[in-house]
Amino acid sequence: MLTYLIRRLFAVAVMLVVIVLAVFCIFFLIPKWTGTDPALMFVGKQADKEAIEGVREKLGLADPVLLQLLEFFKGIFVGRDYTGGGDTIHCSAPCFGYSFRNEQEIWPVLTDRLPVTLTLALGAAVVWLIIGLAIGVLSALKRGSLWDRAAMTVALGGVSLPVYFTGLISLALFAYQLGWVNNAFTPFEENAAQWFSGMVLPWITLAFLFGAMYARLSRATMLEVMGEDYIRTARAKGLKEPVVIGKHAMRSTMTPVLTLLGIDLGALMGGAILTETTFSVPGLGQAVLKAINERDLPLILGVTLITATAVVLANLIVDLLYGVIDPRVRLA
Amino acid sequence: MTAPLHDTAAETAPVEPVTGDGAAKAVEGRSPGRIAWERLKRDKVALTGGVIVLVLILVAVFAPVITALLGQSPDERHEDLIDPLFQTPLGSFGGISGDHLLGVEPVSGRDIFARIVYGARVSLLVGFLSAVVAVILGTLLGTLAGYFGGWLDAVISRVMDMLLAFPQLLFIISLISVMPNNMLGLEGTGVRLLVMIIVIGFFGWPYIGRIVRGQVLSLREREYIEAARSLGAGRPYILRKELLPNLIAPITVYATLMIPTNILTEAALSFLGVGVKPPTASWGSMLSDAVTFYETDPTYMIIPGIAIFVTVLSFNLFGDGVRDALDPKGTR
Repeated sequence: MLTYLIRRLFAVAVMLVVIVLAVFCIFFLIPKWTGTDPALMFVGKQADKEAIEGVREKLGLADPVLLQLLEFFKGIFVGRDYTGGGDTIHCSAPCFGYSFRNEQEIWPVLTDRLPVTLTLALGAAVVWLIIGLAIGVLSALKRGSLWDRAAMTVALGGVSLPVYFTGLISLALFAYQLGWVNNAFTPFEENAAQWFSGMVLPWITLAFLFGAMYARLSRATMLEVMGEDYIRTARAKGLKEPVVIGKHAMRSTMTPVLTLLGIDLGALMGGAILTETTFSVPGLGQAVLKAINERDLPLILGVTLITATAVVLANLIVDLLYGVIDPRVRLA
Repeated sequence: MTAPLHDTAAETAPVEPVTGDGAAKAVEGRSPGRIAWERLKRDKVALTGGVIVLVLILVAVFAPVITALLGQSPDERHEDLIDPLFQTPLGSFGGISGDHLLGVEPVSGRDIFARIVYGARVSLLVGFLSAVVAVILGTLLGTLAGYFGGWLDAVISRVMDMLLAFPQLLFIISLISVMPNNMLGLEGTGVRLLVMIIVIGFFGWPYIGRIVRGQVLSLREREYIEAARSLGAGRPYILRKELLPNLIAPITVYATLMIPTNILTEAALSFLGVGVKPPTASWGSMLSDAVTFYETDPTYMIIPGIAIFVTVLSFNLFGDGVRDALDPKGTR
């Protein structure tokens, strides 16, 4: 178990380094190949020559890429100073970069935004897991029935609807026409009830899309599992049907569901861009979109890294949970 | 026939097995492709999806003809049809009339039907071509990994794992945001389309690659491959003539199911303002324009949303049907 954990943590570290490398390639090498000045991308469009030169010096853009990369890693652990153009900007550890455009460190922005995205993703996940699993399992048990066909039609519709479209419709209907919930985000510290009212639609919209996917997946898995020999054995030894389904079949059904959940939750850390944009929820996704439009590359880099870390960690947790859920899995 | 003695009786009243035509048909050999096609023909839902897909392709190809027949163009502004105070179309349901079948856009008054028709071009072009990129890369690298094994397999498999764990939407957005505005002799919309096709395809290939690798791994140990090898067939011959034909079915299924995902990604990118930009018509960017008007002109948001929904749903239905039809274990 311990060796497994160490090996996995090592793999996580490798993965993160690769992701930093990939992000570096995107933001430093591609501009070089295509003839765009990276310094220009870091200060934004309306910068004068002096500011550009300053940024170039501060970031050491003239240095070899490897050295720049080393500086970046150093910044994460001990912080770094950006010197050039006559002034010095200090960025304390953990330094994920400095936005020259908005004149702020990236790390505080990330820690500000992350809880919002986290609550959005986790709240939605609770809804979609309950609804998706319940619908999927019921459909599998009543295969071919009217309920099954109706549920699967809705589920197929659900995976075919973009979240920003269902979001807009639900906003128009429930927030504007009926006035049941808020259409704007309120921070939790300000007013918990208002916060909840503002988060209901984002949660449900997101859960509708994922719930549809999970219903399809759990139905398919459940159908496969119910045909297995050990289910027949469980029935043959006289177990009641609820026990057969609840204890024996559900365990196997959970394995692929859990895999997907790990990937989805991780990806939602940065991939909730669409939901956050539609509902104006000030999370990481909204921040990164703003950064893209402003060409604030250090922020994009920071969010990408945070998201990648979340994906990798979520996958690790899922792998560890396999051992708990599926007795056939031995971690070694 | 079993009773040749009474051939006159047999002619007037042909003896049919009571079990139906299944037994009679089982006698004539049917190729796997033919079986799949016959199954698909019986799947009404999948066929409906297929027909809609076909219609959409025709609409996209003949977009200029269709709009010319109706006397509309996607870029012509009709400001006389816009309420000067609210900027919304005059008349009910977003200004739907005999001239403007689906109404006009707020502010500019451009014909929505014409823009939807032209938007189909962008969606389908990106959806198809990025799937082609993914299929080519996935088949090539998946076959290499599966057939040659060893370190090549290790490297390709790790890269696939890594790409699947990447926060894709974020990386796609980042990549597009650093691409220059003119490249390879293309400019503006052309570059954006090209970049989207390549990037979406690039993040899609591991899905195909994994399937292909698995198939090749199991196929290369089969006796018929052994037989071909012992007859002196070279590697290129075995790959092309013995392996590839057996890979066509799974590749077809995954490619068909990948197209709707790619269409959704394109729409999402255009919705976020990093994909196709106005004035070029795209469903995603129309929806993003509609965000401002969801309270005053809901028609403008519903129409592009339904266009995306119908397209994606049809591809999904058709893809599911193709999968069921090609599944050798399927009972239908």
